[in-house]
Amino acid sequence: MTTMEIDRRTFIVTSASAAGGLVLGFYMPTGADAGVMGEPWTAAEGGNEVNAWLVIDPDNSVTIRVGQSEMGEGVFTGMPMLVAEELQCDWSMVRAVYADVNRHVQNFAEPYMVAAGAAKETDNLYQRMGTGGSGAVRRSRLYLMQAGASARERLKQAAADAWGVDRSAVAAENGILSSGGNSGTFGEFAAAAAGIQLESEPAIKTPDQFTLLGTSVARLDTPVKVNGSAVYGIDAMVPDMVFAAVEVAPVPGGSLVSYDFDAVKDRPGVIAAYRLGEGGIGVLHYNLDEVANRVTGIQSGVAVIADSYYRALTALQLMPKEWDDGGHGDVSDTSIINGALEVLANPDDPSYNPADSVGDARGVIAASSNVMEATYTTPYLDHACMEPMNCTVHVTGDRADVWVGTQNPPRAISAAAEEAGLPEEKVHVHNCFLGTGFGRRSRPDDVRQATAIGKALGRPVKVIWTREETARQAKMRPYSVYHFAAATDESGKPEAYWNRVVSHSIFNHQIPQFLRDGIDSQAVEGLDERLPYDIANKQVDYAIRDSHLPVHWWRAVGASQNAFALEGFIDELAHAAGADPLQFRLDLLPEDSEFRRPLEMAAAEAGWTTDLRRGEGMGIGMAEAFGTVVAHVAYVTVSRRGQLRVETVDAAIDCGHVIHPGMVKTQMESNIVYGLTAALYGEIHINKGAVVEDNFDQYLMLRINEMPEVRTHFALSGGDKWGGVGEPGLPPIAPAVANAIFAATGKRIRSLPIRNHDLV
Amino acid sequence: MALTLNVNGTSHTVDVEPETPLLWVLRDNIGLTGTKYGCGIAKCGACTVHIDGKKAFSCTMKASAAVGAEITTIEGLSEDSSHPLQVAWIEGDVPQCGYCQSGQIMAAAALLSQRPNPSDLDIDAGMSDNICRCGTYAQIRKAIHRAAEIAGG
Repeated sequence: MTTMEIDRRTFIVTSASAAGGLVLGFYMPTGADAGVMGEPWTAAEGGNEVNAWLVIDPDNSVTIRVGQSEMGEGVFTGMPMLVAEELQCDWSMVRAVYADVNRHVQNFAEPYMVAAGAAKETDNLYQRMGTGGSGAVRRSRLYLMQAGASARERLKQAAADAWGVDRSAVAAENGILSSGGNSGTFGEFAAAAAGIQLESEPAIKTPDQFTLLGTSVARLDTPVKVNGSAVYGIDAMVPDMVFAAVEVAPVPGGSLVSYDFDAVKDRPGVIAAYRLGEGGIGVLHYNLDEVANRVTGIQSGVAVIADSYYRALTALQLMPKEWDDGGHGDVSDTSIINGALEVLANPDDPSYNPADSVGDARGVIAASSNVMEATYTTPYLDHACMEPMNCTVHVTGDRADVWVGTQNPPRAISAAAEEAGLPEEKVHVHNCFLGTGFGRRSRPDDVRQATAIGKALGRPVKVIWTREETARQAKMRPYSVYHFAAATDESGKPEAYWNRVVSHSIFNHQIPQFLRDGIDSQAVEGLDERLPYDIANKQVDYAIRDSHLPVHWWRAVGASQNAFALEGFIDELAHAAGADPLQFRLDLLPEDSEFRRPLEMAAAEAGWTTDLRRGEGMGIGMAEAFGTVVAHVAYVTVSRRGQLRVETVDAAIDCGHVIHPGMVKTQMESNIVYGLTAALYGEIHINKGAVVEDNFDQYLMLRINEMPEVRTHFALSGGDKWGGVGEPGLPPIAPAVANAIFAATGKRIRSLPIRNHDLV
Repeated sequence: MALTLNVNGTSHTVDVEPETPLLWVLRDNIGLTGTKYGCGIAKCGACTVHIDGKKAFSCTMKASAAVGAEITTIEGLSEDSSHPLQVAWIEGDVPQCGYCQSGQIMAAAALLSQRPNPSDLDIDAGMSDNICRCGTYAQIRKAIHRAAEIAGG
């Protein structure tokens, strides 16, 4: 046996945590440890819980619980800022920890939060614990600010009671309560405040009253991310833990036919092997009557358990295995796309449903002598999270503990509970830092698989998928193909527009009840009635054509590919009209269009021009997603040998309001890198039904030497607009670059990735 | 078999097969989880450590090959996050998800030891082995320049 030497940390078992259950965790000092501890799930001990969101210690430090998942977007800083803005505590004494998901699924929202109108997302305590849809700020802002405001007024009331003055005479600032000659810390009055009932809840601040929000305070999670102490799911360590390496059918839907454990069972450290699952692709299904959703089934495969991961992995790789292909052995990416293109080429295919229809687009186009047509295609993509999939579990007869980095802890509880055969209240998910998520980690297939292994084993086990396994079992961004036709008037302006879209539908795959008359609203995002452009006659048709592959939400979802196709075609129309692509767009936008401000700002800041030498070009892309409009102007150079370089991107965002300008800027950079990586290189090939690109030697990533200079500009409209930030910067980058390539070379990019095109 | 490794100035004897990648020995046997698994084929840089002060990919390096060498991981770069790179990383709020950052910092430390005042081209050359899926590249570049400044006093 290998000796575990844990010389850096001390394990302890603490009982009677705030969650009221046994929590197994690392030792965590209490007190004024501002910021974030390495173990982000760790519940605070001691202190006074003024409400579910915050605990104030006697030393005046404040622990703020975060319901969203920290995967780089900054919720461990942004969410506490929303609470602290209202609480008016000392920001330097704030510590962020994950809210307890077990407590969330067992408890309802606090009545006064409901009374204040702030608790709207769910009936459960922490309202919204899934992270996705660029919703962290815009969807939790009201209740987090209310939690801070309500706590502040209770603190003031507690001080007022002690000092015999009216609450209105007490000031709360920077963690200090004062009135006349009296003063005291929040920490001194927290215990009393927790018991106070208010006759009515305070109103929260309006943006003009913000003091903390709108500033770029230091991220609370930075210190633990520069010294190796931040704990990701893959880092979880539990006493007596063993390791599992897993492999499931390389063809999704295929099955393990046989395996020969005897061939490897005598290898060092090997403990066991388990057959996994019954086949199928482990679809994530939603029961909308319940808070949580479930993954049904586990993909067919095998796990080998050993006393170290490397020993488990080596034995798994050496173990003879036979697979079947589930009947999908003839499928390739080409066969899938060609099937979709056949539908696309036949406008009368019965699988089409109308997604939008205004006027008589087909009639006008049929009668016109000026018709432009183009077909665009976008491929399947892998999320390629930096951290390979993993999950650590400890399942006993009456309790399951799960350590995982998940975007959706309630879904993780549901998956573990169902697999373990335990009620949800017996499952404790200790969310970790996520080595990115991008949507992939909202699907708890890893949790369900690990729970099955842990239940069979009866002792703690860490399951790690290799990079190759993570890639082969990708839950992909769907392919989508597009046909556009437009009839233009003598000036080249479209009078009629007809767009057909065929894609693999995520809704059809996992939430068919979300389809409306055959339309997957995400698949036509930005194309249906959300089309930014004013065209008198419009027809948008959509058809679903699925494959055997599992699909899932990928950063920016439908907009991630629709903007490429739409903005490319609009650029084609502009050039055909002999118009400036900027002016052409502005002329097509309604007067009050929310696209105008970001588009004009990005163009102005970029010094927009069409007057560049051959080999240099500027291109525009824009899109709305998650309530936010972003316009990018990319400036590229293409060498005579066809070498592309994206030099600069001027990025203008209107998300209404900004709570942390620094993080909005870095999210814009993040979206541009993620979207540009996909635009330049991203493509999953399928051979004999299985994924081809299984590691970074084939699935290429943008690197530092290719990073464009990104200049972010705030085109904020304010008012009632609160848009998301984590995804909207992505959709416009592919079309901005593709359109810039056209300006530089005259080569029109109608399919991604760009690397497939010869730019010479 | 038993191997003795010198990690961050401390000697550790571990019972592993000699071909075990150093990465897994650091993480699973010695408990130093700051060094990350990303690809297993030396194509992402998340596992970057120093072997006798030089950059190495611990995911493809056999543990037996590190016997007798001074192995430095992110945990050993400084006692208290006081290395100029860590200071600059904190000052610039470089990490997003943070998963690749141990490797980025270790690669940058190796670069600075060779080129105390790296140009942008030096940074391109020295840091292109390291993938960041969050896209912190611009912040990494700034922080390396800043660290060079801090180190230069």
